Amino acid sequence: MQRIVRYFTTIGVVLVSISSANAEDTTSLTHIPLVTLKKLDGTPITTHELLSDRSGPVVLDFWATWCKPCIQELSTLADLYHEWKKLTGVRIVAISIDDARNSKKVAPFIRGRRWEFDVYLDENADLKRALNINEIPHTFVLNRHGQIVYQHKSFAPGDEDLLWEAIKKAAE
Amino acid sequence: MTSDLRLSTIIRVALSLILILSERTFAQLPQGWRADLQLDAQSYTPDSAINAPAVREKVLAQGFFNILYSTERLRMGLRYEAYFNPLLGIDPRYEGNGIPYRFVQYLGDRFDVTIGNSYEQFGSGMIFRTYEERSLGVDNSLDGIRLKVRPLGGVQVTALFGKQRAFFGLGPGIIRAADLNVELHQLRWNDELLFTLPFALELGGSIVSKYQPAADPILHLPENVFAYATRLSLTTEQWNVYAEWAYKINDPHQTNNNSFNPGNGFYFSTSFSGEGVGLLLAAKRIDNMDFRSDRGAIGNVLTINFLPPLTKVHTYRLFTLYPYATQPYGEFGVQGELTFSLARGSWLGGPYGTTVTVNYARVQSIDSSKIDQFTYRATWKPGNVLFYQDFNVEIQRTWSRSLKTTLTVVALAYNKDVIEVKTGYGTISPLAFVLESQYKINTSSALRIELSHMHVNGDMGNWAFALLEYTPTSNVYLTVFDEWNYGNPEHEKRYHYPSISVTYVTGGTRVAIGYAKQRAGILCVGGVCRLVPASNGFSLNLSSTL
Repeated sequence: MQRIVRYFTTIGVVLVSISSANAEDTTSLTHIPLVTLKKLDGTPITTHELLSDRSGPVVLDFWATWCKPCIQELSTLADLYHEWKKLTGVRIVAISIDDARNSKKVAPFIRGRRWEFDVYLDENADLKRALNINEIPHTFVLNRHGQIVYQHKSFAPGDEDLLWEAIKKAAE
Repeated sequence: MTSDLRLSTIIRVALSLILILSERTFAQLPQGWRADLQLDAQSYTPDSAINAPAVREKVLAQGFFNILYSTERLRMGLRYEAYFNPLLGIDPRYEGNGIPYRFVQYLGDRFDVTIGNSYEQFGSGMIFRTYEERSLGVDNSLDGIRLKVRPLGGVQVTALFGKQRAFFGLGPGIIRAADLNVELHQLRWNDELLFTLPFALELGGSIVSKYQPAADPILHLPENVFAYATRLSLTTEQWNVYAEWAYKINDPHQTNNNSFNPGNGFYFSTSFSGEGVGLLLAAKRIDNMDFRSDRGAIGNVLTINFLPPLTKVHTYRLFTLYPYATQPYGEFGVQGELTFSLARGSWLGGPYGTTVTVNYARVQSIDSSKIDQFTYRATWKPGNVLFYQDFNVEIQRTWSRSLKTTLTVVALAYNKDVIEVKTGYGTISPLAFVLESQYKINTSSALRIELSHMHVNGDMGNWAFALLEYTPTSNVYLTVFDEWNYGNPEHEKRYHYPSISVTYVTGGTRVAIGYAKQRAGILCVGGVCRLVPASNGFSLNLSSTL
C-alpha cells in the first residue's frame, strides 16, 4: 500500500511541475476540414458555411447531452458568453455528437437552459472524426483566419479562464 | 516479470509519453495533417471475491493511431490498431494488429466519392448506420465505395456498396444501399429557391440490400435481404415533428432464433423549444429489426442498423448497474422529457438560476402470439411485459460563481430476466439519488464531490458511492471513489470497489494512471452496451489529438 501511495505521490509531483511549465498548448495552424453537419431543424450545413463569418474568433465546443463535464463547461460558458462576445466578438459554436438516441433532445435541451450558442448536430461523428477527437468535451479556438490556435480536452472549473486567454489572443 | 516491475514499466512509459507530448513542437504537424492516438493498458490481478478472473498475460493493452491529410478537395487517412491482447470485455477476436481503416475521399461541388472505409447513416439509422465507438469495441465501417451526389440545391443522393469490417477482416455479407434526402424548403435551381415555405420540411427514403450465400440444408434462407425506410421532418421556429418508418423482409438469423417474420420499426417524436422551456415526446415500436451482414454474428458485431433505446442515458456510476438496451426482436417504448429554467433572481431560481429536467420513459413488449417455430403474429398494441421504466428528476443550481450543485433522483423498474437474458430475477425496482457539488477554490483549482445511494429490493441489495475529485491546477485531476455494496443479502459479498487515479491534461492530450477494483457491469455509450467483467488492477489511459 505504501508503495502505491509513493507511486501516486511521485506522479502527482511530476505532473504538477510539468503542468506549471507548460500551462498552454497550441496546435498546428490548420483549418477545420470540410464536413457536413445538421442545423437543429435538420437542414445540412457545411463547416465552411458555418465558419464563413470571420468577424471574430470562434470557439468550437464538442459535447453531448449525456456528458456531464460538457454540460458543466457549457453552462459556465453560457454565463460568460455575453461579456466575452462584447469584448472580442467571439462566437461559441456547440457541436453535439449525440446520436439518434438523443439528437432530437438537443433543441429542447439547449433552449430549456436558455443557452444562446449556435448549436449544430454531428450525429454520426463525421466532424469529430475529421478533427481526430477521441473524447469530449473537446474545445478548439479558431482565429479570424479560421485557423486552430488552441485546443483543450476535458473540463474543470478554471479552464474557462484559460479559454478566455486563448480567445483574447485569437482576437488580436 | 513481477507485478511491481510491470507497474513501474507502465508508469515509466506513461511519464515518457507525457513529456514527449508536452513538447509543443511535437504537436505541430505540417499543414493539412491531423492525427490522434489512444493507448489503454491494464494489469489484472485475480480476485475471487469479486469474480475478477486470472489473465494469463497479466497485462493487456490496446491502442490505435489515426492520421488524416486534408486539402480543399481531397482527404485521406488511415488508422493503425493493435490489441495485444484486447482488454477484458472487448471481443477477443480483435487480437492482433493491422490497418483496418483507410480511405481516400474527393470532395467536389456537386458530388463526393469515398474509396475505402466509410461511416454513414441514413435517417436515424433504423436500417443503415456504420459507425465506431472505440470504448465499446464497435466498428462496423463499410469497406467499399460511397458516392454522394447533389444534383440540385436541397437534394442529396447517397449510394454505396461494400462489406463491413469484422475485427481485422471483413464480414461475409455484401451491402448495397442508397438514400435520397430532399429538403423542400431549400430546393434550388441555379441558386434560386424554387418556392418559399414558412417551415423546414425534409423528406427522405432509403433502401438497403444485403447478400449472403445460404447453404442451410433445412431452412430456405433468403440470400438477399431487402429493407427500406422513409422519413419526414417538419420544423418551425419552436416545433419539430419527426417520423420514420422502416421495413425489412424476413431475415432468419442466429440472434432472432431464425424467425421468418418480416421486421418493421416506427419512430415518432415531437419537440417544443421555447425560451427557458423544452419538451420532447417520443414513441417507438420495433419488431424483429436486428439486421446484420452475417447471419451468425452476435453481440455488437456486423450490425447494419442502429436501434438505440428510447430511454435517458445515465452516466452516474451507480445508475450504470441497471442500463437498458434495446430488445430488437420486439419492444414498444415512449419517452417524455421536460427541461425548464427558473429565472435568475427569482425566489425559486436563486441569483444564478436553476435548471430542472424531468424525464419519463417506459418500454414494454409488443403484443404477439406464436404461430409456429418460425413465425408469430404481432399487433400494434403494446404487450403486457414491462421491460424497463425510468422516472428521473434532475435539478441543477448555481449558488454562486464558485459553487454548483446537481441533485438527481431516479426511480427504475428493470426487468433483469429480459434485459440480461437471465431467469429468476424478475423486475427490480431501484431507487437512487445523487448529489454532485462542484466548488471552484480559485482560478486554477477546484473540488468535485459526488455522493450517491441506490436502494434496491432484491438482486444485490443497496449500494452507496462517494467520489472526491481535486484539481490542484487546471491540468491535473486527482480522483478517489468507492462503490460499496453494503446491502448485499449475502453478508460476505458486501464488497468495496475502490478506485484512485491521477489524470494529466494538456491541450489535446490526456493521460490517466489509476488503480481500481471494478465490479462487473454493463458499459453503455450512446445506444450500445458491452459487458465489462470484474477486474482488479492498475490502468494507463493515454489519448492525444495532435
